[in-house]
This record gives sequence, structure tokens and C-alpha cells, in this order.
Amino acid sequence: MSAATILVEIRSVTKVYQRGRQRIEVLHGIDLDIPSGDFVALMGPSGSGKTTLLNLIGGLDTPTAGRITVGGLRIDQLSGGELAAWRAAHVGFVFQFYNLLPALSAQRNVELPLLLTDLSGAERRRRARIALSLVGLEDRAAHKPRELSGGQEQRVAIARAIVSDPTLLVCDEPTGDLDRATADEVLRLVQMLNRDHGKTVVMVTHDPKAAEYTQRRVHLDKGTMTAEPVSA
Amino acid sequence: MRYLPLLWAGLFRKKTRTILTLLSIVVAFALFGLLQAVEVAFESGADTADAKRLLTTARYSIIDPLPLSYLRRIEQTPGVVGVAHADWFGAKYQNESNAFPVFAVDPVRYLDMYPEFTIARAQREAFARTRTGAVAGKRLADRFGWKVGQKLPISSEIHPRTDGSLSWEFDLVGILDADDPAVRGNTDMVLINVGYFDEARQSGRGTTGWYIVRVADSTQARAISASTDALFLNSPNETKTQPEKEFALGFAKQIGDIGALVTRILIAVFFTILILTGNTMAQATRERIPELAILKTLGFSDAKVTALVLAEAGLLLAVGGSLGMGAAVAAMPALNGSTGGRFPPLFVGADTWALAAALAALVALCVGLPPALRANRLKIVTALAGH
Repeated sequence: MSAATILVEIRSVTKVYQRGRQRIEVLHGIDLDIPSGDFVALMGPSGSGKTTLLNLIGGLDTPTAGRITVGGLRIDQLSGGELAAWRAAHVGFVFQFYNLLPALSAQRNVELPLLLTDLSGAERRRRARIALSLVGLEDRAAHKPRELSGGQEQRVAIARAIVSDPTLLVCDEPTGDLDRATADEVLRLVQMLNRDHGKTVVMVTHDPKAAEYTQRRVHLDKGTMTAEPVSA
Repeated sequence: MRYLPLLWAGLFRKKTRTILTLLSIVVAFALFGLLQAVEVAFESGADTADAKRLLTTARYSIIDPLPLSYLRRIEQTPGVVGVAHADWFGAKYQNESNAFPVFAVDPVRYLDMYPEFTIARAQREAFARTRTGAVAGKRLADRFGWKVGQKLPISSEIHPRTDGSLSWEFDLVGILDADDPAVRGNTDMVLINVGYFDEARQSGRGTTGWYIVRVADSTQARAISASTDALFLNSPNETKTQPEKEFALGFAKQIGDIGALVTRILIAVFFTILILTGNTMAQATRERIPELAILKTLGFSDAKVTALVLAEAGLLLAVGGSLGMGAAVAAMPALNGSTGGRFPPLFVGADTWALAAALAALVALCVGLPPALRANRLKIVTALAGH
């Protein structure tokens, strides 16, 4: 895919949550194109809908209206099972609180997405080791999450996100739980994955410093896109 | 197999809780194995019963003797093709704890009546012609290291000799066995020649304990039972004739309805296990909602996550059930030894294993299904927002 190709195409996307009788429209007719190889920051105050938009892009949720096309595929039309298979093959996820499985070693955590492939156990282990070495944690493979620092946990989460070589990385506040220095390390790692490995990255962040690592910033406020940043 | 580390890690996330739950499952299945063995042992007589064999006992109590003179009259009943008789000797060997059944029998009639017992032809003939002869079941002979040709000194619990002594001595002339394992379970006994016994005993001469009647047609068993009993109606020794299986079940029920007792105990045990394991599984799943959401995020389908939760319950029950049944099997030799042969041999058969597997699967389904369905319905976005 060339840099000019649109990887993610969002058209007139609306998302409504129903809480009892209350109808909450979180996104109002969003239009957004994300080219392949882009590193885009979704920014905005709390409740602006940026995480909701990220969830829709990553196929964790489906829009109430509108369409989302990723790599030419209308993911808003996929069934739950199809969407799960699509996520496994095409999307890597990084969360603020790492979301590693505490009972598994770093190596086993990274191997998790590969359990859904036909790869042999040996090949799964080999690929997990490669992913861990890419994030500089090959010597921590046998450690459980509680034996790692926050920064290391996030790097394991990044290794897990990239182990199946997805096209798209979606990151929800990946540095929100880290100190500045560690956050910079993690952001440099994500930047390297974007620049050197061609991953398209969509990142939700509050942090203007974090946004500086991206190529582009998209601002949201009250469920709509705005041209300029809105103060939180 | 690829998911086994994931299942194992999920189960042992809270080690103490899982180990305690596992232990309770082990105990439940060990109890199941032991109680089933007891039930099977009690019903073993009924299981190996021959539909063409009837038992004629005294009408009011099995311990009342019947005259040996009844033999010819029973033989003449239409439909009867063979009659044997046996008397309870009740024996101890060396010490009080080595007790086992000894029956005084007519060798030829008795062994003809029970073709399922196997004995070498020469030994059978020796038993028939040796008045002080005895044959022992192979399990019993192996247990005490008896060899054909040796003297068998045993004491009776109820039959003194003419000199008043309870000590008897027989010549071991043969070993009795069976090809069918279930029948072999009934060979923990000794048969002695009634000719010598009846002559040498102090009292009760000319009587026997019960008759075993072979009929030509099993469908006629009830009618023949009735006509046999009619022969002795209003005599001092009225009889009660019934099919062998019915007799065996009735005999076991004299001790108590073992089947019902075992079933009630097991219902209580498994109901407790159901609640305990169900609570553990529900709690474990509740604690891992975000983890299950992550699995879904990574591409595990709803069905796969459901199957993983169910498989965890299955693994817990499979491990606990196997260990429990293994413990029951391991306890059998010690238990059989401690009964001193007073009780039919206990064993965990293939049927009990199959029943245990089915029970484990059922419990796994009952305790795994509610959390599995919860995992199935889990919405990723909602579950992750719980952070």
C-alpha cells in the first residue's frame, strides 16, 4: 500500500448509546480519512468521543449509522465473529493500563494472538521472541507482568500488538499511566513501528507532548471533529 | 492442547482457592469411587445371577435349616432339571480377622449347578471322592498362600464337631476360579464335602441351609417356584423359592438398601460440590472480566471465549475427578484387606469409571455454563471501561 492510499475511511459515522431510557449520542456524523502509514493522534477533552471513535476504527464496537471501511473492507457490516477474525488479522491494540494477562509470562502474553493462527508452538514462540526483542525485552520473556515495571509492561503490550504483523495499531492513551521519561521511550517505540515498519497508528491522547510524536492531530469535541484544539 | 497453558494459568490465577476446590472435587470423587465399589460388591451376586437358577430357603428365615430329604421331592417337580444344596459353615482361619464363607456342598451337584466356576477335572474328581476334601477360591488361596495337597485347619463359628470342638481340618484338593471377573469376585470362599461335614457335626444332621434349583425354562421360574413351595406347605419346614437374582438383591437389602443409601450420600456430596465449584467458577470469571474482554479484543470469538471458560471447568473436574477415582482405586487393596474376607471384594470397574466421567462432565457443564454464558455475552467496550 502506498502512502497516499486511504487505509481507514470513515463516513457520516454516528454512535448512540442507550442507557435505560436515555439516548446518548456520542459521535455525530464523523468523516475522517486515515492514509496508510499515517500516525494520527485523536485529541480532545474527556467525553469528546475520541475513545469511542478509536473503538469503532479498531472494530471493538460498531457504529449506529454511517460506514467504516478499513483496507477496502466495510467493517461496520461484519458480524461479531467476522469482526473478531478481522481484528485478529489486521489490528494491534495498546491500552493505557496495558491489559496483560497477569497469570501468563511476557512470552505467553505476546503469543496470545498467535493462538488464533495455524502456527506451530515452536513458530509461535519464535515470533513472540522476535516481537519481544523488537521492544527490547527479550531478557524479560519469562517474567510475569507483576515482575515488570509499567514501561516494560507497556512494551510487552506493544510486542503483543505487533506479533501478528497487523496493518493498523490502535493505541488508547498508551502513556497515560507512565512517567514522562518512560512515556517518551514508549512513544519513540510506537514512532519507530510507524516509521520503520510501516504500521498505521491511530492514538488517543490527552497529552500534547505525546501528540508531538505523531504526524497529524485530529481534534474532537462533543462528538464532532473540530479544526482547532479545544481546551480540556 | 494449544490452549492448555491458557486454561491452566486461568485456573491457577488464585492458587489457594483453586487447590481447595480441587481437593473438594478429589474427595467427592474418591467417595464416589468407594461407595460405588460397595454398591457393586453388594449387587455382585445379583449381577452374576443365572435366570435359570432358583433358591429355596426356609420360608421365614434364611438361617432355619431345611431337611435334606427335600432334595428328591424338589427334583421331581416338573420343569426342574437339577438340584444342589449348600449349608453355611462360617469359618475363621488362624485368627478372628481371617473370616470367609465356607459352604458344605455335594461336590458334583454344586459344581454342576455353577458351571461359571472353573476347576481342573482331576481336582473336581478328587473333591467328589475325598470325604474330607475342600476346594478354595483362587483369590482366597492366593491371599493365604494355600497349595493343593495341604491340610486346611479352619474353625467354624456355628458348627461344633461331635467332640464339641469348633476346630475342623480339611484336605485342600482343588482351586476354584472363574473366567468372568465379576464371578471371580465371588470366589472368596471354600467349599467342603457335605458328606463328611454332616457326619462329623454335633447337631443339625440331615439338614441343609438352602437348595439351588435349575429349571429348564427361565420363563417358568415363577410357576416352578410356586409349585415347589406348594410341596412343603403346612409342613414344619415351609419353603420360599425365588429366582437367584431376586434372592441376592433381597439378601443385600437385609443389610440395608445399599443402593439407595449410596445414592443419597452421593447426591449430598455432589450437591455440595456443585455449589462450591460453581461459586469458584463464577467468582473466577467475575474477577477476570477485563481479561476475557482482552481475549475478545485480540480476536477470540464469543464462541471461543465461551468454550475456554467451559473448558476450564472441564479441566478442573477432569483433574479432580481423575485424582479422586485414582485415590479410590489406590484404597481398594487396603480396604479389601481390612474386611478380612467378610465382605465381597471391592473394586472400581469400568462401569464406575464411565459413570464418574459422565458425572464429571455433567458437573463441569452445570458449573461452567453460567459463567461461560456470561463470558459469551460480554461486550468488549463495556468490560474494558470497567477499568
